[in-house]
Amino acid sequence: MIQIKDLHKSYRMGSNSLHVLKGINFSVKEGELVAIMGSSGSGKSTLLNILGMLDVADSGEYILDGIPIKNLNETKAANYRNKFLGFIFQSFNLINYKTALENVALPLYYQGVGRKERQAKAMKYLEQVGLREWSHHVPSELSGGQKQRVAIARAMVAEPKVLLADELTGALDSKTSYEVMDLIQKINDQGNTILVVTHEDDIAHMCKRIVHLRDGVIVEDKEIEQVRASQYVQ
Amino acid sequence: MRLLFDSNTWQEIFGSIRKNKVRTVITMIGVLWGIFVYIAMSGAAKGLDNGFEKQFESVAINSLFTWAQSTSMPYAGFKTGRQLQLKLGDAQVLQNRIPEIEYIAPRNVRGVFGGSPGLIVRGQKTGNYAVYGDYPVFTRIATKKIYDGGRFVNDKDIENARKVCVIGERTQEELFEKGENPIGEFIRIDNVYFQVVGVHKFTPGGGFESDSDIYIPFTTYQKLYNTGDRVAWFTIAAYDTADVVQVEKDVKAVLKSIHRVHPEDERAFGSFNLGEIFNRIMGFANGLTFISLIVGVATILAGVIGIGAILLISVKERTKELGVRRALGATPREIRYLIILECLFLTLLAGIIGVVLGAAVLNLVGNLTEGGDFPYTNPTVPIPWLLGALGLMVVLGVLIGLIPAQRAVSIRPIDALREE
Repeated sequence: MIQIKDLHKSYRMGSNSLHVLKGINFSVKEGELVAIMGSSGSGKSTLLNILGMLDVADSGEYILDGIPIKNLNETKAANYRNKFLGFIFQSFNLINYKTALENVALPLYYQGVGRKERQAKAMKYLEQVGLREWSHHVPSELSGGQKQRVAIARAMVAEPKVLLADELTGALDSKTSYEVMDLIQKINDQGNTILVVTHEDDIAHMCKRIVHLRDGVIVEDKEIEQVRASQYVQ
Repeated sequence: MRLLFDSNTWQEIFGSIRKNKVRTVITMIGVLWGIFVYIAMSGAAKGLDNGFEKQFESVAINSLFTWAQSTSMPYAGFKTGRQLQLKLGDAQVLQNRIPEIEYIAPRNVRGVFGGSPGLIVRGQKTGNYAVYGDYPVFTRIATKKIYDGGRFVNDKDIENARKVCVIGERTQEELFEKGENPIGEFIRIDNVYFQVVGVHKFTPGGGFESDSDIYIPFTTYQKLYNTGDRVAWFTIAAYDTADVVQVEKDVKAVLKSIHRVHPEDERAFGSFNLGEIFNRIMGFANGLTFISLIVGVATILAGVIGIGAILLISVKERTKELGVRRALGATPREIRYLIILECLFLTLLAGIIGVVLGAAVLNLVGNLTEGGDFPYTNPTVPIPWLLGALGLMVVLGVLIGLIPAQRAVSIRPIDALREE
């Protein structure tokens, strides 16, 4: 699904440049649930941004589902993001004046899907994350866990090839974190490819594979025995 | 263009506007005020314009009056200070020599510029009223509205020096019983019986005429007051295309040559140029219209710039939202359209509310001043002006919207999302 070869990225900070990614090579197969771990500054967020086409690499190859991602302009990147990727952010990033349903339906709007179909589909995904009866509430009326579940529904609604989650439990307490991870595992069980960036060990161990980043290189890449989050959820 | 007519686009815009009510209202006030000022001012200017025109509607606007005074310069053997007198024959000479003159009406009067007013008697009732000697052509220059069943002095009256008269509304009121038809009745003017042939409706509009004036044929006036061929003044109307100021000069020049007055004697003949006054007042009204246009457009401009400024701030405030939208697949073009259409929509909505409020105020002021002496009639804004203003707002709205729109797309989604 994802193939990355010799990815380099450096940021220019005044006169000296900061080499963040120093040749990353890895690939993700369809249906994997991968945790990207590393301390802050290890380059994990940068990697995720490049995977999410929010940022571009200086050199290297990135192939997403057989499509080489290069020479992107903003419009092309927007279309790829819309079609191929679903984002889940640490701070949820819901649009605060839109209801849960409208938030979930937004990616479909940018796909040009009609209003009726958009809302039906959005409702279906809200139901899947267990928030059907909260569909007409705005984000300020939802709890943190509920907000993140709305965000997950939003990431899912366009049926992307890959879900990218950036510290998705970072703003949640552990109980809620497990609930959210339970949801992520269930989504993965349906065959969706998911990448989770985290620095929390317990969250990482709920994935199927852990990729360790340190100072811009992959130091460890191993398959693990998945811990099911459902055992922590009543 | 497809985006413009897509209901989804508008749902997005309504959504963002509806959920930011305070911002929306504050943003709109600037343009609303601008278009309100524009409508109110240009409507008021138009009202004044109409009002002035109405004031002059009973008189040909390119008309002038001229009368004789006394000389101030010796000439051709005459000493200075000679009292001049217009003659009936002057009218024909003026008409012959000045082709721009359309109508010329010699007039005499008692009781306005000196001379005692006529003593009018009917039965037990008496009164003193100004008496005019007139030709029918006078009505060509200044319309006289005559009540139904009556008429003004006509050519037969002049020819036969008939003893007929046209009386005023007040004269009728004071000499006749209520409900009594004065037409065909007789009244005594300075001891001579005259038959009433008409009652004229008085239209206020300045000048020296009043609602009690009595008009009799010029020839009858000559006999009654023994005025011979003396004329108090000429009322002259020039053709619409003529330059009234030039006609006035020509008239005076001709009169000077007839009456052997020094060509440079400025005091020998007096004149009052209604056309010139009218032009001046109309010039004033036009100036007012022009100023209101400038002020209105400037205010609209200021309002639209205000919208642009607030949207610029709101784009900053919405950086994150716009970043999320782009992460979810909004293209830069879609973001740009969103902001521009928001700006445009706010501008137009504010504009339409401003037009409605402005029209309401104009209507109110119009009703309050109706029938008063104040020259203010039917304050309206011409449709092309209105459309022009709305068109201007659309253009300005889009242009101003470009600035925040550009700002919005220049923020990279990754930076927008990183910002806390």
